Amino acid sequence: MSASLDRNTQDTAPGTQDTAPGTQAPPRRTKRYTEDKVPLGTVIGRMIVGLVVLAVFILPYLIMVFGSVKTKSQIRSVDPTYFPQEWHWENFASMWSTPETPLAQNMISTVIISVCATLLVLVVALPAAYYTARFRFPGRMVFMFLVIVTQMLQPAVLTSGLFRQFSILGLGDTWAAMILVNAAFNLSFATWIMHSFFAGIPKEIDEAARLDGASQLAVLFRINLPLVWPGIVTAIVFTFVACWNEFAASLVILSTAGNQPISVALTKFVGQYETSWQYVFGVSIVGILPVVLLFMLIEKRLVGGLTTGSVK
Amino acid sequence: MSLSSKPSSSGSAPKSPGSKQRSSGSGRRTTWRDTLKALPWLAPALVLIVGVVFFPAGLMLFNSTRDLAISGLDKGSVGFDNYATVFGFSQFWPIIGRTVIWVVAVVGLTVVISLGLAQVLNKAFPGRQLVRLAVIIPWAASVVMTTMVFYYGLEPYFGVVNKFFVDLGLIDNPAGYGWTKNPTTAFLWSIVIAIFVSLPFTTYTLLAGLATIPRETIEAARMDAAGPVRTYFAVILPQLRGALSVAVLINIINVFNSLPILKVMTGSIPGYGADTIMTMIFKYIELQRKVDVASALSVIAFAIVIIIVIVYVRVVKPLKEV
Repeated sequence: MSASLDRNTQDTAPGTQDTAPGTQAPPRRTKRYTEDKVPLGTVIGRMIVGLVVLAVFILPYLIMVFGSVKTKSQIRSVDPTYFPQEWHWENFASMWSTPETPLAQNMISTVIISVCATLLVLVVALPAAYYTARFRFPGRMVFMFLVIVTQMLQPAVLTSGLFRQFSILGLGDTWAAMILVNAAFNLSFATWIMHSFFAGIPKEIDEAARLDGASQLAVLFRINLPLVWPGIVTAIVFTFVACWNEFAASLVILSTAGNQPISVALTKFVGQYETSWQYVFGVSIVGILPVVLLFMLIEKRLVGGLTTGSVK
Repeated sequence: MSLSSKPSSSGSAPKSPGSKQRSSGSGRRTTWRDTLKALPWLAPALVLIVGVVFFPAGLMLFNSTRDLAISGLDKGSVGFDNYATVFGFSQFWPIIGRTVIWVVAVVGLTVVISLGLAQVLNKAFPGRQLVRLAVIIPWAASVVMTTMVFYYGLEPYFGVVNKFFVDLGLIDNPAGYGWTKNPTTAFLWSIVIAIFVSLPFTTYTLLAGLATIPRETIEAARMDAAGPVRTYFAVILPQLRGALSVAVLINIINVFNSLPILKVMTGSIPGYGADTIMTMIFKYIELQRKVDVASALSVIAFAIVIIIVIVYVRVVKPLKEV
């Protein structure tokens, strides 16, 4: 889902320059209160609606938290309680060994695949984004078009082809295969977002540096990279979260239980006669917390239009 | 491969974002030598795109005409037999129909709800930031994990959502309705979950759209004594067209390709009463071990996605006004 975001930002980028950078938003918001003279009743009404929205969006995850600290007999009780009577935090230690799947190994798989795929995306997308934003050459539009076509595709619809390809290559059921798949399908978003950030830096800065005798690589690393840093962070977060949650291709390509990421492993609990739901939820919380925090880190950018350049 | 030529008819779309950034034109004419110089910078990306996206797409097209043994051995060409198997399956048309319902219901309701949510989150009130952060959670969280909570909650006897319905008096038997045991109710709940996880992206896209609307236009409408409803439909909504059309397109692609929700909610129900094209592809691969037939259905799914994108880009022109 997240990987496709850049299209929206193409749309919204031009007008949002004034709201995107973090430092400006807060004063603007407080100014609004005083300027608009919103009646107190309206503000309270909005807060109530906001509270309802808040409740709806965190409720499933509250159920997760409450469930994760119940005992097995409590969570499978025929007269369930909404809140846990006792909080069994020790579940978070014991949950890693279950008969259904080796959850600790699944967690390691998830981390290795996501980290490696994100690094690969960065190494591959950064030069492409930089060069296409800075230089014109015949075939540039063809390349950008290829990138956008990739954006329209997802691993799910190509899974049977990917499965065959990696089997033939002898990479079936390997982390390497999933690192490649995740990198390839997240490449386009990362390229687009960093491209737009590079394009936002005035070319004159580069030219001045070159006149001072800096090499092309020095211009990229010393001058451009610090300026496009927010774009790189956004690309990293989106790629990492998408890899972390990938499901369809991993389901088919990774057949050994120990190789599978946590998203695939958890589905093995469904339909079991004696599901240890408290463990499913404990592992889910560990699986959800880091990516939610990463996403919250870039919340400003989500509202302001993702590709708004860093340089004014 | 098959796809590199087809979408080119939608060439008008990607042009606009690229052509906007004329940062690189240095006045002189570019030549193929410039392309050669660009190659080292682009080659890794090209290798990855061609090797892991276009090549498997071509391989899939090829496999859809082959007879593949369970062992993976290629036993030669069978022409269009795999397609005949796909179309000849008695549940094929119900599955197509369900796929249409799935996409239309999820995308339609997601957009309507998101329009409201975006309005709420765009208004100033104390605690807004907290609400906005909460809305992000289902976006970042694994769809599998979010769906698991619903699945558990709907379980007979011990599910808390089921218990909630019992406590409300909506159902009187604590065994519940067997929400996840019955294909129809499991499918309907899947739609609810799919909407829930699609809301954050859609709402944030619309919020970004709202941020681009000049306040003067809204104030002008207020001066003209337009009520809030009139202002919304006559002034705000038309200016959201760009954000809205992009959000709809991306949602259509995502929802069509969505596997985990239906896999978790309906995967353990026997038969094909809750399947969409996407879950059927995975049933061919996982249960029947027929990668060749799965490839044929994948090619059909692939073609549907591309046709939808082309028609949508042509008709709605989501990137026109960039």
